[in-house]
Amino acid sequence: MHRIYRSHILICRSSGCPGSPMIIEALKEELIKRKLENEVRIVQIGCPGFCSRGPLMIIYPEGILYCEVSPDDVAEIVEETIIKGRTVERLLYEDPIAAQLVTHYSEIPFYKKQKRVILKNCGLIDPENIDEYIAEGGYEALGKALFEMSPENVIEEIKKSGLRGRGGAGFPTGLKWEFTKNARGEKKYIICNADEGDPGAFMDRSILEADPHSVIEGMLIAGYTIGVNEGFIYCRAEYALAIRRLKIAISQAMDYGLIGENILGSDFSFRITIKEGAGAFVCGEETALMASIEGRRGEPRTRPPYPAVKGLWGMPTNINNVKTYANVPRIILNGWEWFSSIGTETSKGTMVFALTGQINNIGLIEVPMGITLGEIIFDIGGGIPKGKKFKAVQTGGPLGGCLSTESLNTPIDYESLKETGAVMGSGGMIVVDEDTCMVEFAKYFLKFSTDESCGKCVPCRVGGKKMYEILNNITEGKGKLEDLDEIENLAKFMEQASLCALGQLTPGPVISTLKLFRDEYVAHIVDKRCPAGQCIPLITFYIDEEKCKGCGLCLKNCPVNAISGEKKKPHKIDIELCTKCGTCRDVCKFDAVYTK
Amino acid sequence: MEVFRLPKIKSLEELRKLREEAIKSMRVRESTSTKITVGMGTCGIAAGAREVMHAILNELEKRKIDANVITVGCIGLCAEEPLVTIERGGQPGITYGKIDVEKVPKLIEEHLIKGNIIDEWVISRG
Repeated sequence: MHRIYRSHILICRSSGCPGSPMIIEALKEELIKRKLENEVRIVQIGCPGFCSRGPLMIIYPEGILYCEVSPDDVAEIVEETIIKGRTVERLLYEDPIAAQLVTHYSEIPFYKKQKRVILKNCGLIDPENIDEYIAEGGYEALGKALFEMSPENVIEEIKKSGLRGRGGAGFPTGLKWEFTKNARGEKKYIICNADEGDPGAFMDRSILEADPHSVIEGMLIAGYTIGVNEGFIYCRAEYALAIRRLKIAISQAMDYGLIGENILGSDFSFRITIKEGAGAFVCGEETALMASIEGRRGEPRTRPPYPAVKGLWGMPTNINNVKTYANVPRIILNGWEWFSSIGTETSKGTMVFALTGQINNIGLIEVPMGITLGEIIFDIGGGIPKGKKFKAVQTGGPLGGCLSTESLNTPIDYESLKETGAVMGSGGMIVVDEDTCMVEFAKYFLKFSTDESCGKCVPCRVGGKKMYEILNNITEGKGKLEDLDEIENLAKFMEQASLCALGQLTPGPVISTLKLFRDEYVAHIVDKRCPAGQCIPLITFYIDEEKCKGCGLCLKNCPVNAISGEKKKPHKIDIELCTKCGTCRDVCKFDAVYTK
Repeated sequence: MEVFRLPKIKSLEELRKLREEAIKSMRVRESTSTKITVGMGTCGIAAGAREVMHAILNELEKRKIDANVITVGCIGLCAEEPLVTIERGGQPGITYGKIDVEKVPKLIEEHLIKGNIIDEWVISRG
């Protein structure tokens, strides 16, 4: 018998909000002190997505949302809201555009343009309690598939829905399942690729932390459909909380008999093993991932043969991304017509993005395919902080490409992103403002990809390094105009000759920034100037005489004593002595230090 | 150490039965058609509003009524505390005054089960 509480206090407990365990502890103590422990229940939830204002607390039945809660706020929340029924106004979210306080979780503008399909349970249920998943309709889709549908029906349903792989490449999921189903092999496997490694990406981690059962249920349905009874979840060991919650979810599902022999009394049996990866980026590539599960070095091999034909231990294997599996139960329950009614002609359903970088509402969002980039950045993301201008957004992580202001009206789907030179990828979205140097930006991603090259094939191992050297020269003012042709040649070579997607896509950020911001590259090379004022060898620091109040803060902090000036009179930087460390710019309270 | 294990679910029917149970404890997080608001200002608490709220919660559980119980601050009618407002199915709320623990079972019985408003206790409608 489940105890009924009059109020539930939900607190986000995900890796993104490291402070929340202390809040939970403080709340427990306070509730006991006030003898409310049998009246009010504390529920830890996964990430509700509004990370920029976390840790969040949602109080039901009222649905009150408190932002940036700290353990010190707990006593006041209990006294005011739980006992006296009043809201603590200082913790409410203030809508910066309408300049008014928003009390209820559901009314935050951040959520208005979102369509939460696979994130439906994220921030609503306790991921460590299978009953809450079941209460929200969990494992009902598995039951429907097992008892009302043949495996062929399920494949047909997934095909008609138009679901495409959410790992990035966008291959039709139904077709992939059919290939593995029809492939010959004495044993077959299913793998969930949870090796999310892009800098700034946290979609898969958040789903595993907030709603692990939805991924497990998707895998079970895939297992029944393809005729497989063994599955692996490959997740990087750094995702400690995701792995812990997956383990809890699997063990609870096993207790209930939802994983194991004769599931729900049917003939279908399935087991799931978690394989923790050591964190090599290349292991997100499916053939390298399988090698890693087999206990070999995580290096990719040529395809074909594709995993559907020859995968794990040489057997037919179906690999999908976390989000792809999480979509499956929703499609089975709601039908393909419902799913294909969301999105565009070629890209159906929704897409989850991890919105990060120089944007106001950093967080996890889910939007219907076909929404424009502008709606994501400005309506959901709340625009760029400090009134700066939007410059570009990198999609698809270090192997993706970037989009500029010209693409703000571009509908987000697989095809239109490809046309612009960017890729959908797995859902990372890094936003940068006008102060970002695009050459430096491309160099950052290039550095990441070359560091992560496994070294097996020459184009990736040497090509990436070579390209990095060229970019580095450009940012140091040693570039030549011919370098730009050399970059393009190298990129073509790497795209055609690299063994796997890592090498093929490594030039992506360089090529797309070169296409969109060629003038910035040229400014570095010809004028020896960094237009964004970021590349240290190319800039000189000055103090604006109008703005400088002569407070002496820069003078005091300059490590090489390059600044001089009398109190209350404009200061000056000695260019000969200046080491361009940027300390004066950081400490200035009047924005008087500028670069040229 | 004793390991707590969940019982096996042997069929889809059993899964659905379990879900029906599980939904009950999730209801607080969803809006129900019935909302019972109890005034919890200092005035309300002094007049026994917390005891009244507990009595309401017990009664709802006993009679298996699906309703959200919400606490609010003082609405300015301190003389009539404890105040209890019942809203059902989008209808305007009925506010009862001077509700004590003894009155709660009758209030729930008449208003929520039989659908009769207890006129002599009402202090405000709509």
